[in-house]
Amino acid sequence: MSALLSVSDAHVSYGKVEAVRSVSLQVADNEIVTIIGANGAGKSTLLNAIMGVLPLKGATAFAGIDMAPLDIEDRVAAGLSLVPEHRELFGTMNVEDNLQLGAFRIPKATAATSFERVYTLFPRLKERRKQLAGTLSGGEQQMLAMGRALMGAPKLLMLDEPSLGLAPIIVADIFRTIGELRAAGVSVLLVEQNAQAALQIADRAYVMELGEFILSGSAKDIASNQRVAASYLGFQHEGASGI
Amino acid sequence: MNTTIMLFLLQDGITNGAIYALLGLALVLVFAVTRVILIPQGEFVTFGALSYAMLATGQVPGTAKLALAMGIVAFGLDLFDIRRSLRPTRILRAFAFNIVLPAIILALTYGLAGPKTPIAVNIALSLLIVAAIGLFLYRIAFQPLAHTSVLVLLIASVGCHLALQGLGLVFFGAEGLRGPALSSAALTIGPLRFTGQSLAVYGLTIAFIVALWLFFGFTLMGKALRATAVNRLGARLVGIRTTLSGQIAFLLASLIGAISGILIVPITTLYYDTGFLIGLKGFIAAIIGGLVSYPLTAVAALIVGSVEAFSSFYASNYKEVIVFTLILPVLVLRSLAAPAVEEEKD
Repeated sequence: MSALLSVSDAHVSYGKVEAVRSVSLQVADNEIVTIIGANGAGKSTLLNAIMGVLPLKGATAFAGIDMAPLDIEDRVAAGLSLVPEHRELFGTMNVEDNLQLGAFRIPKATAATSFERVYTLFPRLKERRKQLAGTLSGGEQQMLAMGRALMGAPKLLMLDEPSLGLAPIIVADIFRTIGELRAAGVSVLLVEQNAQAALQIADRAYVMELGEFILSGSAKDIASNQRVAASYLGFQHEGASGI
Repeated sequence: MNTTIMLFLLQDGITNGAIYALLGLALVLVFAVTRVILIPQGEFVTFGALSYAMLATGQVPGTAKLALAMGIVAFGLDLFDIRRSLRPTRILRAFAFNIVLPAIILALTYGLAGPKTPIAVNIALSLLIVAAIGLFLYRIAFQPLAHTSVLVLLIASVGCHLALQGLGLVFFGAEGLRGPALSSAALTIGPLRFTGQSLAVYGLTIAFIVALWLFFGFTLMGKALRATAVNRLGARLVGIRTTLSGQIAFLLASLIGAISGILIVPITTLYYDTGFLIGLKGFIAAIIGGLVSYPLTAVAALIVGSVEAFSSFYASNYKEVIVFTLILPVLVLRSLAAPAVEEEKD
């Protein structure tokens, strides 16, 4: 299994405060990897640093390319895409324009296929294509943010808290779609506080606490870990293994 | 006042207002995309107008050399930026854009300048020169500061204005210049006489506004510029280079400034520092439009032009005072209507 994304010994700081310490992670082709952890553990900071929004000390390689000299736009062109926690949509522009801009770095002919793909994944967006992004509901905005990222045909989609503030029925819909992405050949790096949902669809998982990975393994193993079960899943497993 | 005088003043006001509208739109565009309050917009007007006026007399304006000098500085900055990955293609691209392009413009200016050069060629040369200056101004002064606060950008903007104004004095001298009219045609409707020049002002203003509307509404690059204005991080996350957006905004602003200057210079004598005052009036319109609304800016510009025309009739000594006072009630109303905002942190 070749690593699509490889991060080793990553450190991210806000001034003198180190928010991420000596973190290493891998995401392979067609793999869903999740990072779970409490609020403030450094999960979002790590994703932003991988995308180039924040400076990262350490080595990052994507599809065999060293990412250190690349800025955000070059990383997008290389096939990396981030759906940030605050979605960062173009609120005063309509759904169609938001999606069209998602395909800014790919050829026009490919963009037409991307539109079809996104509208198939999120039929709701097709219904609302002329509506301003800022007037959509929270769930629809999340769909649009994911749709916009997928328009650029990324190899790896990084999702930061896609379920945050959404109704359970919408969350289920979003997670179902994330599962479908793997079948479509897109790898996913998912940061989630909703550990239960994340572990159900992920292949592998990392557990982050205070800026460090304290645990990693297959999602199944992590889900059955006693400490994870107690801290993040809200229950004690019978016969769950300790760390 | 009789109706004829009123119509004359209104005509005058609308002609000036159309120019202010163009400048106001350029200011809104640049601010929305780059957060720069473009004080040197007035210098684009002066440089465009006076380069055109000098070319009309067969001389080569110093602005053509300035464009090349700025290109050399920009090339140096580009090399510094890519110093960690100095690939030949990147160096060649930077060289072609920063050195070859302004060198061609300078060569064309030397080759084509002459007392019998057609007006259209002189206009094209003036536009090329000012467009290059606009692009390199962004590269040199604003691109390295793109992530700083609006205040820092404003200080840089004032600095650019002062530097360019000083260079304007060197290039064009303290004496004013006047350029040839675009057309000598005239049209009389009732008591009003429309010269070809004023019709060109209306026509080009409307054409520019329609072109901007089409550009922003229907082209991918126009939408990318709007997206950068709405959400810079969002734009970067879809791969839109904010530097490219900034370059396009400055290119459009410098072209709009130069066109405005070329439209005015046959009507009134322009000096090296006149552009600042004209730019400021466009700025008043842009402020009334809240630095965000294009239609409101255009309407405000027509009001500014009309108020200026009427006040120059009634109280010409206080003309500028009255025009600039327009901004006060707008600022008071806006500050009352808008909720208190925290000071910018970035």
